[in-house]
Amino acid sequence: MTDIVSSGALLDVEALSLSVAATGTEVVRGVSFAVAPGEIVGIVGESGSGKTLAVRSIMALQPPAIRRTAGTIRFEGRDLAGLSAKELRDLRGGRIGMVFQEPMTSLNPSMTIGRQLEEGLAVHQRTLSADGRRALVLDMLRRVGIADPDGALAAYPHQFSGGMRQRIMLASVMLLQPALLIADEPTTALDAVVQRDVLELMVGLTRAHGTAVLMISHDLSMVARYTDRIIVMRRGEIVEQGRSDELLRAPQHPYTRALLSAMPRRLPARPIPPAATPIIEVRDLVVEYGGRRGLFRKEAGKRALHGLSLSIMPREVVALVGGSGSGKTTLGRAIAGLLPSSGGTIRYAGRPIGAGGPGWAVYRRNCQMVFQDPYSSLDPRMTIGALVGEALRTVPAMGRGEKADRVAEVLSEVGLAGPFADRYPHELSGGQRQRVAIARAVVRRPAFVIADEPVSALDVTVRAQVLELFADLQARHGFSCLFISHDLGVVEQIADRVVVMQDGRIVEQGDRDTVFDHPSHAYTRRLLSAIPALAPTGEGGVRLKWRFDDVAPEPVPS
Amino acid sequence: MLHFVFKRIAMAVPTLLIMAVTVFVLIRLIPGDPAALMLGDLATPASLADLHERLGLDQSLPVQFGIWFGNMLHGDLGISITSNQPVLPLVLDRFWISARVVLIAVLLASLFAVPAGMIAAWRQNTGTDLFLVGTATLLYSIPTFWLGLLLLLFLGLQLNWLPVVGYVSFSEDPGAALLYIVMPVMTLFLHEMGVLIRMSRASTLEVLRLDYITHARAKGLSESAVLWRHAFKNAFGPTWTLIGLVLGNLLGGIAVVETVFTIPGLGRLLVDAIFARDYPVIQGCLLFVAFVYVAVNLVVDLLYPLFDPRVTAE
Repeated sequence: MTDIVSSGALLDVEALSLSVAATGTEVVRGVSFAVAPGEIVGIVGESGSGKTLAVRSIMALQPPAIRRTAGTIRFEGRDLAGLSAKELRDLRGGRIGMVFQEPMTSLNPSMTIGRQLEEGLAVHQRTLSADGRRALVLDMLRRVGIADPDGALAAYPHQFSGGMRQRIMLASVMLLQPALLIADEPTTALDAVVQRDVLELMVGLTRAHGTAVLMISHDLSMVARYTDRIIVMRRGEIVEQGRSDELLRAPQHPYTRALLSAMPRRLPARPIPPAATPIIEVRDLVVEYGGRRGLFRKEAGKRALHGLSLSIMPREVVALVGGSGSGKTTLGRAIAGLLPSSGGTIRYAGRPIGAGGPGWAVYRRNCQMVFQDPYSSLDPRMTIGALVGEALRTVPAMGRGEKADRVAEVLSEVGLAGPFADRYPHELSGGQRQRVAIARAVVRRPAFVIADEPVSALDVTVRAQVLELFADLQARHGFSCLFISHDLGVVEQIADRVVVMQDGRIVEQGDRDTVFDHPSHAYTRRLLSAIPALAPTGEGGVRLKWRFDDVAPEPVPS
Repeated sequence: MLHFVFKRIAMAVPTLLIMAVTVFVLIRLIPGDPAALMLGDLATPASLADLHERLGLDQSLPVQFGIWFGNMLHGDLGISITSNQPVLPLVLDRFWISARVVLIAVLLASLFAVPAGMIAAWRQNTGTDLFLVGTATLLYSIPTFWLGLLLLLFLGLQLNWLPVVGYVSFSEDPGAALLYIVMPVMTLFLHEMGVLIRMSRASTLEVLRLDYITHARAKGLSESAVLWRHAFKNAFGPTWTLIGLVLGNLLGGIAVVETVFTIPGLGRLLVDAIFARDYPVIQGCLLFVAFVYVAVNLVVDLLYPLFDPRVTAE
């Protein structure tokens, strides 16, 4: 690293420590790294590793409760600690730009796109006239791929999709031609195809301006694809840093190795015992949203699912993949009976389910759900034992003692035996909460579980553990599963069969190996080739693996 | 837009209908007979029956309701039993007296409280924040009648700056009228300011946490631009809704404040009418209050898109 410093690093962070002002707890400890002009550096680490705080403190944008206790940050040779408020403001935006994770909250919802883009220029390029600013804004909007730049100027952020907003965000930052772009999980909230487009755009724009990029991400394959160097952080410290290819091929630190080995990978296909009737059979399912009945008129609904057919065999794990807005979650909820369908039938073990019908009660007892967000899916005022036990309340044949035994048994199955039953959700980590959510779903020994993005909110290593637990329970109890996910790596690891959705329709379905290796639909190919996988090299390291060598890797535009 | 307004007004109709029935029935559940109250000690069974017949109280309840409701649809709320004045002009007259006090007080409270709450949020956990929140809590914890009495004591009796009791209408003497409403306005202003500061602070805190505020700072904008250009419009929405609710509540009656300062407002009219069992006035007042509440909230909703373009009036 010293060699970069001596050769004139753009950003040089040395022995940086950050603490919570009130308690003195150190959250970042002695972090040193440098970024050379034009270089793309990735910082990876799990939640709580201090990566975001360390990077935000470069622009002095860490929360007010966090204080810098030691270390220096030099940018273009200047120590940032000595800057006046005015000098700091000139640096912000003008020399260092920042892109945020959540496109839904990183643009001001009550201000037009035009004003938001212009105000940065007005601050940093005071000599520019209003017409000059407008011309620059329009040009930049065109370059980030906004189809109607003139219209976009007067539009508000909510009129754009997540991917488009992230493009606008990039435009807003790159408009000022900063020397360093800080990107905090820039594409985490986007789905695979959009993610790739936005990243390519970001890399292209920054190359064109010679802007260096410091990118925070928890997505290893993405970091591997786009960065020159990688910094691995854990619990406030840097455990390892180096050139991306070298670090991935031969990771030195045990934590880096653990991180890399936690990447999901494909296991051999499982034999599914043949059965006469599918556990779930969906025929021509139609779901319409909206359709509000106003006081005076009936509004037409928006069709979310256009006649879907799908069946799930006993013991089978079927993965549902597709971009956001493709109808994955709608389908899951409709099958669970949480959304009324406007047409088609759903059969459980050969019997039609319908609210109030004979099959309904049996189905409701045998179909359980696991949700994405472990923070909002557990009632914060119930103990873990009560949360899991609640599912048994409608089982009349079980005695009190029997139920208590079952709860204890299931909690130990998910690795939360003993004192956990008396704790409350807020006392548990995200991974533990998701274990509780799984325990709650399987406590009644259901025949069918719907899991809607059950591991998307979890860190890489925790995700691996929860997936392992899930596969283990599934093998032991033999429930069928509809596994909804946008993460193809996870799907590749866990699914027996894959169903691909786009715009409320199923475009392709088949067994996992066929869909992943020989997709027949163009959308499936696009989805699969959007983000590379990481394949183990056998020496504890990984290498980038493109799913289809014929379509990728496209050269990064420069 | 017009469609939305029409729909919202139409939706208020059932509310007002239910209100009309409830008011009518509830009043008649209260023991007491207006005729007996009017005649006092002089009542004889014969004179009582006679007065009942004149007032229409000898009819059955459904018939009474039918007559009242039918007249109401023609804009006729009846005639006060005690003063023999038509109810609608009476209610409107008294309403304008209360409304003047309330509107000035709420306007002033909003003008002070919204920036104060935003500054408290901006300077969260500092001395400024503590001072503003402390003041706000103190202000809204003091009951209005007590606050009113304190003002009377100091500004009126001790310092002799302001007249203590009474009311002068604006048409008679605008200068004197202004002097007379200073203290009632101040009482409401101080109390509501406390409530609104808390709300403004809470919603600003919510907004300051969001990425677009950090993004605004990361663009190099000054703190005042961040606060007023980016945070204000987004943080104002919840406070605006609360201002609407406060306004609706206060316009519906500030009987306590009116009693303390002897202002002949709508609240006083209602209280007096209840004591006198003046059925038409009570019914008229309550129905009018319900109407004002619905109307104020409709206006608040219609103006909401000004602060949040995601909310449309459609």
